[in-house]
Amino acid sequence: MKLPIYLDYSATTPVDPRVAKKMCECLTLEGNFGNAASRSHVYGWRAEEAIENARRQVADLIKADPREIVWTSGATESNNLAIKGAAHFYVSKGKHIITSKLEHKAVLDTTRQLEREGYEVTYLEPCEDGIITADMVAEALRDDTILVSIMHVNNEIGTINDIAAIGELTRSKGVLFHVDAAQSAGKVEIDLENTKVDLMSFSAHKAYGPKGMGALYVRRKPRVRLEAQMHGGGHERGMRSGTLATHQIVGMGEAFELARLEMAEESQRIATLNKRFYDKVRDMDELYLNGSATQRVPHNLNLSFNYVEGESLIMALKDMAVSSGSACTSASLEPSYVLRALGRSDELAHSSIRFTFGRFTTEEEVDYAAGQIREAVQRLRDLSPLWDMHNDGVDLSKVEWQAH
Amino acid sequence: MAYSEKVLDHYENPRNVGKMDADAPDVGTGMVGAPACGDVMRLQIQVSDDGIIQDAKFKTYGCGSAIASSSLATEWMKGKTIDEAELIKNTTIAEELALPPVKIHCSVLAEDAIKAAVRDYKQKKGLIKEV
Repeated sequence: MKLPIYLDYSATTPVDPRVAKKMCECLTLEGNFGNAASRSHVYGWRAEEAIENARRQVADLIKADPREIVWTSGATESNNLAIKGAAHFYVSKGKHIITSKLEHKAVLDTTRQLEREGYEVTYLEPCEDGIITADMVAEALRDDTILVSIMHVNNEIGTINDIAAIGELTRSKGVLFHVDAAQSAGKVEIDLENTKVDLMSFSAHKAYGPKGMGALYVRRKPRVRLEAQMHGGGHERGMRSGTLATHQIVGMGEAFELARLEMAEESQRIATLNKRFYDKVRDMDELYLNGSATQRVPHNLNLSFNYVEGESLIMALKDMAVSSGSACTSASLEPSYVLRALGRSDELAHSSIRFTFGRFTTEEEVDYAAGQIREAVQRLRDLSPLWDMHNDGVDLSKVEWQAH
Repeated sequence: MAYSEKVLDHYENPRNVGKMDADAPDVGTGMVGAPACGDVMRLQIQVSDDGIIQDAKFKTYGCGSAIASSSLATEWMKGKTIDEAELIKNTTIAEELALPPVKIHCSVLAEDAIKAAVRDYKQKKGLIKEV
């Protein structure tokens, strides 16, 4: 067993060796190194062929037309291109955008920028299980709404939003619908033939592909138009200029192809591991599952260990790589905004750990991890004045704390 | 984030963890911080009649640096008079533990906890007026 045990598959995944092999074939003199934009020789044609093959592989996973795929550097860029690109292009129709408080920063920071440019943004509050519903969107729609951006799967708590229902609504109202699918591609089925999503962001490295690679789905029928955010040689039908990175694209294509072929079986295997892990810890006192228990991806388990602070818990879990909902580690000293948006108390938000399992997780690893969790939580609770107070029957919400 | 060896040492082997009877006349208790901010420290001292801290105990909910700061504070307080203990500065704690700038507040909290514990003791003994 390799230590520390990697249980942070939602942060990133290792490149699948089968993917890495294909990528390596597109780098050196002997390989497929050409510039896909070179129309005058075979090096260019071969690169173009590999890229178009990858485009089809990505499109196949999500049941789209390959011509609807635009290569980008990752989901952050895809989100930027989709949201700013649509907002700028359709500004004459209105300046109101709807999104949610649970979105990734790549969406929230982008909409903040648009607010600075004079757009108005509504941030929907999820219900306490972390779901954004079509009804919530319906209530926020206005005559001047041009775009709705809601994530498919939340990165912290793994909850799944019903994008099909939201899509029906937005389409009927003539409003564009963007979905950040960085966390869902390869984990839940996506069928863009039958789901009324207009723009969808993807990341390669969340699905065993390379970092620095992503794609944006841009619907053709009905046609969606975007204002380019990156100008240059007019690549990707003018939506995203820049020489195409053959090895990266081939990697993403292969990763998405593997996801398409193996997703059903893999999801089941991971769900079993997740349950195995959860079953070994769930009897612990004051343990809370964050996010819906049913409407969530199989590889995510977000737990709050009440009365234990997340950063110290992560410190105690030396033998495993997990992430904390408490952003203390990133120097902001703020508890997770996602958990706060669910209405979790600050203590519970500070006490959360996200476990994400993946393709290479084993039973041995989850067993070991569960044992270490129990031990660490007990040790830290023995150190915690809050745990003392809880055991003495003190209601912590009634204590007058000295905030600092 | 990389922790200093001293922080790790206190975190792995915290000194003087425990709880004293807060109602005992010779015990001073200081509780500072808030769960909402991610750290709460409870620091307690047991003081002899001649004003010397015989024992100190802590429990802390917080990050590794907060645990280390309070653990170190109890070590330093033992054997000092309450007046000497009050002079322990957050900067000295931060320096000893090599805390990075984002963790300075942990040492500030430890200083606050020391002062709160001493104040509580003094109030019990009528050395200062109730506030």
